Amino acid sequence: MKTGSHRKIDTSQLAVTRRTFTAGVGAAGLLAASAPFQIGRAQGAALKVGVLLPRSGVQAGIGQDCQRGVEIAPAILKGLGLPDLAIMNADTESNVEVARSRAERLIGEGAQLLVGAFDSGQSTAIAQVAEQKGIPFVINIAAAPPITEQGYKFVFRNFPTAPMILGDAFANQKEIFEAAGVAPKSVVFMHVNDTFGTAMQKGIAGIMPKFNMPYQITETIAYDLAARDLSVEVAKAKAANAEALLLVSRLNDAMLLTRELVKQRWTPMGVLSMGPGWYEDQYLKTLGKLADGPISFVPWYDPNKPLSKQLEAALAKAHPDVNLNTNHIYTFEALLIAADAYKRAGSADPKGLADAIRTTDITNNVSIGPGIKFDAKGQNATLKNAAIQNRGGKLVTVAPKAAANAKAEWPMSAYDKRG
Amino acid sequence: MPAEIYLNVAVSGLLTGLVYGLMALGLSVIFGVVRVVNFAHGEMMTIAMYLAVVLFSHYRLDPLVMMVPIAGVLFALGYVMQRGLINPFINRPEHSQFMLLVALALILVNGLLIVFGPDAQGVQTSYSFASFAVGRLIVDANKIYAALAALAVAAALFAFFRYTLAGKAIRACADNYAGALVVGLDVKRLYALTFGIGAACVGAAGCMMVLLVDVTPPLGPAYTLLAFVIVIVGGLGSMGGALLGGVLIGVSEALAGLFIAPSAKSMFSFGLLILILLLRPQGLLGRRT
Repeated sequence: MKTGSHRKIDTSQLAVTRRTFTAGVGAAGLLAASAPFQIGRAQGAALKVGVLLPRSGVQAGIGQDCQRGVEIAPAILKGLGLPDLAIMNADTESNVEVARSRAERLIGEGAQLLVGAFDSGQSTAIAQVAEQKGIPFVINIAAAPPITEQGYKFVFRNFPTAPMILGDAFANQKEIFEAAGVAPKSVVFMHVNDTFGTAMQKGIAGIMPKFNMPYQITETIAYDLAARDLSVEVAKAKAANAEALLLVSRLNDAMLLTRELVKQRWTPMGVLSMGPGWYEDQYLKTLGKLADGPISFVPWYDPNKPLSKQLEAALAKAHPDVNLNTNHIYTFEALLIAADAYKRAGSADPKGLADAIRTTDITNNVSIGPGIKFDAKGQNATLKNAAIQNRGGKLVTVAPKAAANAKAEWPMSAYDKRG
Repeated sequence: MPAEIYLNVAVSGLLTGLVYGLMALGLSVIFGVVRVVNFAHGEMMTIAMYLAVVLFSHYRLDPLVMMVPIAGVLFALGYVMQRGLINPFINRPEHSQFMLLVALALILVNGLLIVFGPDAQGVQTSYSFASFAVGRLIVDANKIYAALAALAVAAALFAFFRYTLAGKAIRACADNYAGALVVGLDVKRLYALTFGIGAACVGAAGCMMVLLVDVTPPLGPAYTLLAFVIVIVGGLGSMGGALLGGVLIGVSEALAGLFIAPSAKSMFSFGLLILILLLRPQGLLGRRT
């Protein structure tokens, strides 16, 4: 299958899974006919990039969303004068051990560089394989700090670590409060009790005191990720009489919480989300006007950068109903890093590629901050995170000021006055 | 904490518990007569929920209005399943029945995943965000409608078993299998009818549940487990026990979330299950065998 001038070799069909089965059946004939030819051509000028994503399992939706970043990359990279990439897709099945074995298989099949894998656990496993085999690995999304603390020579991460995300979140909150001239004095902190939610809860407890925030956390409410009803949680939060809500959620619980806020007739001064859920397309589409108002503190893109506008336009063309988001941005940038390094290295020699990535200095990029460059640990430490607000079914960047394209609506408007 | 929060939470738990009860009622009816434990019960409810979602998203048909037609579809599904699939297993060992229904449940979950994907889907009716305020008590309108519908369906079911000939014949089968055969009852047809009625119950419950929660394929096994907890607490085979169990689980989960920790809700219902198994193994309204 071809996308622009980039050739794809789909290895995900090698292991039949529940989700890949249907797609595999439809695509098998086409791929079977075209794959050998593509492999042959890929051994020419194109760099063979193995893209590992959770395309099935519990993270399937996110993995498929990241894939959109892969789909729209070729035309943009070509426009930037960068060399072709032959994409080899692989499915981690949202599983650490599968991620490890898929990485090994991709390298065995000739992948010259790896990209992935959305999740910290899966990325850690792939990093170990990449380092052992001496193949460069560019992480698109994974926030656990230890991945780039191991002294790896072939592992690079263009994504903020959890402490970077939290630190920027508190800084951006203060910026919003100061601009609005009003700040909450108390918040209820609600979070999912999975690994991510618990880690964020610990991180917030550790980092928040350093920022001298205007509010106190009056109550912390942990809830089950699989909860089907969050009425008790919201009743408890409402009874705490706090002014605002601080949240670490996922998508389904974000929707449940919003419904309960409306039904229980409580509009806090604001909803401050330190995780996914509240800005996702499904949240915006499902809740309509009731989705407006929450502010999410996330790794994002600078809407004022020229390449961001290009990426937005490409995504709007390919997927008109999808807003550009973290998954697309950082997956695209991982491929940008790969193509840029390949061009400068002049060959697919793994060590040469790794050296080229280490000296990356891309200023024409998408994410917030001065650009893409890596420190000695392989981490892009110059990344900045944004505060984005839901506004009329779209997302606007409200902080930091340097990357903002709108002013925050704070406090948010009451749910019962939205028509 | 203000006093009204306890009342708000208890009422919310009671209303949700009634819908849980109707769901479990189907399981209890099937077991009480056919003596087969339907391990695909929650999965059948997710089918009803998806039917409600599809009808709402394509034709704007309210799930409560569609409750009867969807229950009819589930009745047909249950009837055909019993006649074609489960009946040959009626006299086989329990582990064979168990494997059959677990396999069926897995097929249903994966089939739904293939058709609808992993993302949660729901309906947003004109009253989705409505609530009623009585003084300081605020009650979710969806829960009130769903609970009232659950009570109506349960009452209709009780009336069917008590006052109709078919209902009496089914009860005869449940009480004395050999006797029912001797007096010439078509037991196989009555078993299929019973399975259909149980499936219709869960179909109706699905239409109500979709007003309260979004549906995903993995919800099926979770609701199968919940239905089991409820019928074991209430008494397997007891219709009244299923409703009582549903209310008990609904209220106790809600209050446990308030008094202990929201994330301890499920833990509390399983704790209740263990307690019942220790103190009254036949369940609150079950008959000792």
